[in-house]
Amino acid sequence: MSTLEIKDLHVSIDTEQGTKEILKGVSLTIKTGETHAIMGPNGSGKSTLASTIAGHPRYNVTGGTITLDGEDVLAMSVDERARAGLFLAMQYPVEVPGVSMTNFLRTAKTAIDGEAPSLRHWTKDVKAAMAQLRIDADFTQRNVNEGFSGGEKKRVEILQLELFKPRFAILDETDSGLDVDALKVVSEGVNRAHAEGNMGTLLITHYTRILRYIKPDFVHVFVDGQVVEEGGPELADRLEEEGYDRYAKGAGAASIAAAAAAAQA
Amino acid sequence: MTEITTEKARIGAPSAQPFINGFTEEGESLSPINSTESKAPLAGASAKSHSHGGGVGIPDSSRAGRLTSYNLADFKPLTGMEEDWRFTPLKRLRGLHTDALTGTAPEVLVTAPLGVLVETVDRNDNRIGSAAIPEDRVSANAWENFTEATVITVPAEAQVADEISVLITGQGTEASAQHIVIEAKKFSKAVVVLDHQGTAVVSQNVEILVGDGADLTVISLQEWHDDSVHASSQQAKLGRDAKFKHIVVSLGGDLVRMTPSARFTATGAEVELLGLYFADAGQHLEQRLFVDHSVANCKSNVLYKGALQGKNAHTVWVGDVLIRKEAEGTDTYEANRNLVLTDGARADSVPNLEIETGLIEGAGHASATGRFDDEHLFYLMARGISEEVARRLVVRGFLNEIIQKIKVPALEERLTAAVERELAATNN
Repeated sequence: MSTLEIKDLHVSIDTEQGTKEILKGVSLTIKTGETHAIMGPNGSGKSTLASTIAGHPRYNVTGGTITLDGEDVLAMSVDERARAGLFLAMQYPVEVPGVSMTNFLRTAKTAIDGEAPSLRHWTKDVKAAMAQLRIDADFTQRNVNEGFSGGEKKRVEILQLELFKPRFAILDETDSGLDVDALKVVSEGVNRAHAEGNMGTLLITHYTRILRYIKPDFVHVFVDGQVVEEGGPELADRLEEEGYDRYAKGAGAASIAAAAAAAQA
Repeated sequence: MTEITTEKARIGAPSAQPFINGFTEEGESLSPINSTESKAPLAGASAKSHSHGGGVGIPDSSRAGRLTSYNLADFKPLTGMEEDWRFTPLKRLRGLHTDALTGTAPEVLVTAPLGVLVETVDRNDNRIGSAAIPEDRVSANAWENFTEATVITVPAEAQVADEISVLITGQGTEASAQHIVIEAKKFSKAVVVLDHQGTAVVSQNVEILVGDGADLTVISLQEWHDDSVHASSQQAKLGRDAKFKHIVVSLGGDLVRMTPSARFTATGAEVELLGLYFADAGQHLEQRLFVDHSVANCKSNVLYKGALQGKNAHTVWVGDVLIRKEAEGTDTYEANRNLVLTDGARADSVPNLEIETGLIEGAGHASATGRFDDEHLFYLMARGISEEVARRLVVRGFLNEIIQKIKVPALEERLTAAVERELAATNN
């Protein structure tokens, strides 16, 4: 059983207009076997949270902590975090020229496990995982993400999730840009990985659609860099009906957060 | 990959040359240029005049109009403003363009399988000048100053399995001249490796004759010490149905300027010009190639790939392909790809394609310069791969495309190791 704990996280980025604070004190605890959905309107800081956990250099942590079973994640380099068991399925996977998928997958697996996978099993595992995600076999010969469509890139992210077996998976809007069929395929992949029982999932999404296929245990609503409401799966249903409008109206995010906190107390 | 694409096409000739009959912006009806006298395999009409370039009716801007001459005096002193010198830092040529090249030429040690003829001849040998005429001042300076030449001959119909190794070891920083002739006689097959090492300041002419039906591969490997300056004109003349593969690999040296060219004398020949270069901080690696399609039904394929890292690492690639009016049925493609690994490096890439006939199989060119940037690095590192390995993965993959085409296992291994060393040496 592992715990990923985020406490009072403050994150800013440098822009041309100066420093801009994006996360304004986020706290979240995810345990093995749990699925947490983070929902919120565009620009609320959902993706910033994902990238910050993975260690993207663009985001400066100005306060708070992230720990993995008590270990300071913020002190780790990007690759150390991955080797510690954190996996970010990216919203916009980049194309990496000159590196074949085969080579990339094997190199990453070796780095994460600390030893090269047994060639026979590995090849079989990759083939099987690709078939389940309906990725053409010839993708292994192509360069990482090069010339892949948006949907193909997302499937390849989930392929990696299934192969690398992380302790915590952070899915950054993996559902956006997918048609229903692709969404099902991708969701099945996440559910398979989750069913193995050794993974906690942080599912970041703008839409409730994916929650029909991946059932969250907890739902957190993000507005303006803060969690303004938390609840169980029923909160997602409510968002489905009402949208985010009610958070945008009224006196602003802070007061909603306060009201939500008061309501919970 | 973020792609900054630089493409410059020059199809036909500039419209600013109204004195030429029959020119249009589209470069059609260019018959006056080639209809009469440019059957010469070595160059355009200018070769015949042996002096100041631009034969009758050939615009200076066309590659066909380039001055070629055995006489140094025919070439004006360089100013750096010349089209073919505009990227080269002349100050770092260490006198190759100004001084008499009287230094000790790099030592040549040829290891050849039985049956291959290796000779050292004086400059009056009748094979000298059989494949090349200097096309620039530095090459002409070497021609004027070399004292003896190495001539390597692969006899007719000989099938030489092992590569012919030509170890060329620099003898210091005094400006010197060198001359090498490689001839593969008809229906022969061989691989020649010009292996440049040590410290040298040298201008070199390599003449390559590929006989009818012969199949020759020449690999020119530059692993010079960092203080070396090397200008090398490697001109090949191909016979009927000849196959020629030329591979430039430039890794070491302060300034390396390779000018390979291929000229067809009869139909059915094929050339493949490949290149790999890796420039570190301060290095200038330049390659300017020329494929002269002057006869019908020949093929050419050009691919150069370069990686750059470090402050003031500079690479230049200029690919001139000329399809003359008589070269119907030509099939040609040229491409250059650069991968910039760090800030402060510069890659210039200029593919030039001149087409004087529409009756061709195909003609294409491409150039792309991409950057290995923080997003690539982040992606790979987010999968547990360390920065060092990530960088190596990308560069190795990128350059492997060329290495794999060498087909000399020992050399492929050596180059893979050399590329790894380049990465390790300057890994910030």
